Parts: sequence; structure tokens; C-alpha cells
Amino acid sequence: MRGLSRFGARVNLAQEASIVAGKDLRIEARSRVTVQQVLPFGLIVLLLFAFALDPDRGVLRGVAPGLFWVTVLLAALLAISRSFAIESANGARDGLRLSGLDPAAIFLGKAAAIAVELMALEALLTVGVIVLFDVSLGSIGPLILATVLATIGVAATGTLYGVLAASSGARETLVPVLLLPVVSPVLLGATRAWEAAIDGTPSDAWPWIGVLAVFAVLYTSIGTLAFGPLLEEA
Amino acid sequence: MQTVVRLRSAVCLLGRFPALAGVDLDVASGEVVLLSGGNGAGKTTLLRLIAGLLPLHQGEAEVLGHDLARNRTAHRRQLAFVGHETFCYDDLSARENVRFAARAAGAAAAAADAALERVGLGHCANVSHLRLSAGQRRRLALAVAFAREPRLLLLDEPHAGLDADGRTVLDAVLRAAKSEDLTVLVASHELDRMRSIATREVLLAAGQVCAASPDSARA
Repeated sequence: MRGLSRFGARVNLAQEASIVAGKDLRIEARSRVTVQQVLPFGLIVLLLFAFALDPDRGVLRGVAPGLFWVTVLLAALLAISRSFAIESANGARDGLRLSGLDPAAIFLGKAAAIAVELMALEALLTVGVIVLFDVSLGSIGPLILATVLATIGVAATGTLYGVLAASSGARETLVPVLLLPVVSPVLLGATRAWEAAIDGTPSDAWPWIGVLAVFAVLYTSIGTLAFGPLLEEA
Repeated sequence: MQTVVRLRSAVCLLGRFPALAGVDLDVASGEVVLLSGGNGAGKTTLLRLIAGLLPLHQGEAEVLGHDLARNRTAHRRQLAFVGHETFCYDDLSARENVRFAARAAGAAAAAADAALERVGLGHCANVSHLRLSAGQRRRLALAVAFAREPRLLLLDEPHAGLDADGRTVLDAVLRAAKSEDLTVLVASHELDRMRSIATREVLLAAGQVCAASPDSARA
């Protein structure tokens, strides 16, 4: 019976998380902030890197994975700030607290919505990297796995630090200061995994994919436990 | 009668200021209690404490069978709070806002649609919160609360911003509370209107209950 109730609790958690994720994604679909601001921002950053390093295509190809992930992290800051900005209007954060939803589900739902937005951004940026930086992708499997795990890690960490910064009047400036140092292992791991995948040496990618998996699991776990108290204080 | 709210010497601090300085209050199921008092008397703080939005600093508080000193979130699914803000999302339509609240509380989508009709917003169901007038937003906040099918309804100045039709709808809901096993606490300055509806009045001053009318005196 205890096993059944645990299974039921997980189903409830997943259902509640899907309610929150659906709400956030619907708001993004309506407001088009991701499409009209975050995506163009990412492409502009990539373009600026290409202009700055254009004389040497070899350098561009070599640093493409790092530039890609720096761009993703910068765009993620916008997506995370946006995710919590929608909760600050009309007292929506109090509404969310009063909703009766499990705080862990709210965390998972908001992180999932950010992850979906980032994955759409990454798909577009990947095309940008191929076109602008003349990069050819070698091992697709490790590359996709590294990207998914890194995205989950960034989304989970961003959601956790986003709610932490939500109570501050300086949310837009506080999120980068809190978040960027913490996600440096993601930047390092994802860049190395991408380098190995692009070079066609997938065996070099697996240790970094392991690092990304540990980071994603760690911050998803911390977030599900800590989000509730942080939301109450926000 | 089941006790829905039970407070004993409840103290709630806003910073260092005791916004509630030892409140004793019992509210039974089906009651419509009017909270009256001047600005700063502690009406909003009392409602936010009962909703679990503010912590209890001293005393005892039990709401819907849950001890707020131990856990101030467990009872939230069974209550609805209409405050000064609508708790809605600008980019979602009226229907989407109400359905989100209903689903979060475990209520059916049909309850959401019925709540919209009940407050007279059926014709605005697809209009975004951003495009609604101030009065329509107040109605939407009420619809969000009704859609949750709560056992306890907390209303903070619910008549503010409502037109005559909206006030009539709200009054009808409050009059039907007892038959629907709904308990209501209303903080209001519309004393004449609310005294004709409430089963009891509790007067607050300086964060304390200073007078209360007898049970059902005004039913």
C-alpha cells in the first residue's frame, strides 16, 4: 500500500508540475517574449562573436562550443528573469502560494518550462553555429545527451536562484551574480562534451556527460526540497 | 457546528510592529463574519494570517483543522482568498486564469466555467486579464476564488471597484454561503451592506478584537 501511495504521490507531483509548466509556456506563447526577445538576443550574441573572430575561421571553429554555451547561459538569464517576472505582477506569487500546489511541483513545472524554452533556443543556435562558425557535428548522440543534461542543470539552478532573487527589488541584476558562478561546471562540462562530440571522439565526452548528469540530479533534488521555503520567503 | 477558524491570543508581527496583538476568534462552518474596523486595525493582516500568507509569531491558530504554528500551507487547497490584487496573469485569458486556479485546487474545468458565468464574465471568457476593465478584474478575482470550490472564503474589501451588478452578484454568493457549507470572512468598510448579510460582526482596533456581535444576531 505504501508503494502504491508513493506512486500516487509521484503521479500527482507530475500532474501538478505539468499544470505549472503548461501555464508558463502558454504565457510565453501569448507574450512571445522568448521568440521576439530571447531568441534574437542569442543569435545577436553569436553574430557578434563571429564578427569579432571572423578573420580566423580556425579559431571560430575551435571556440564554437564555448561560445555556444556562453550564449545559452546569457539567454538563460533572460528566460529565468522572465519566468519570475510573470509571478510578480498582480500578486500572482501570492496566488501561486495559495494555489495549494506542491512547491516541489511548482519548482519542477517552472524549471521544465524554462528547459523547453532553452531547448528551442539551443536548436536555433546550433544552426547558427553550423552556419556562422563553419562547424560540422561529429557524434550526434553524446552531443544531444550533453545538451539535454546541461539544459536541465541550468533550468533547475536558474529556477532555484530565481525564486531566491525574487524577493529582491534588484532581481534582474541579482540573478546573474548568483547564478553564473554556480553554473560554471555546466559551462565547462557542456563545452568539453561538445568539443569531443564535434571532434568525433565520443569516448572523451562521456566523463563530462557524467558531470552534467550529477549536476542536473543534484540541483533538481535541492530545488524540489528548498523551493517551498524560498517561495514562502519571497 | 464545526469550528473552521480558531485563534487564541494570536500575534502577528509586520517587522517589529504587532499588526495583530493577541486576537481570539472562533468561526463556525457556514458563518459569514464581517470584520470591521478602521484603517490599520489589522483586518487584512488577520485574513493573511488565516490564509497562511503571514507567520504566526505567538499564540494558537487552527484553520480547517490544521495548526498554523506547525504548518501554514497544508490548509490552502481548501480556501480561497480575494485580496487587493487579482492573483491573475496578464497574458492569460479570463477562462485560462480561472481554469488554472481550479486545476491547481483539484476542481474540475466545469467549475471554472460555472464560476465565470456566476460572476457575469461568461462573455469575456476569452479576453486577456490585461484587457479587462478594473471592475471586470475584480469579478475575475471572485471567479478564481469560486472556481477553487473552497470551504473557507477570505474576502478583503471585495466590493471595492465592483459596479452595481457585480455587488449584487457578490451579495447573492454571500447569502448562499450557509446552504453551500461555505464559511466566509469579509473585511469591509461597506458596513450597511455587509451587516444585512453577515451572520456576525467582529470589530477590530489596534490589532485586537474589541467587540463582537452575538452569533447569528444579524442572520
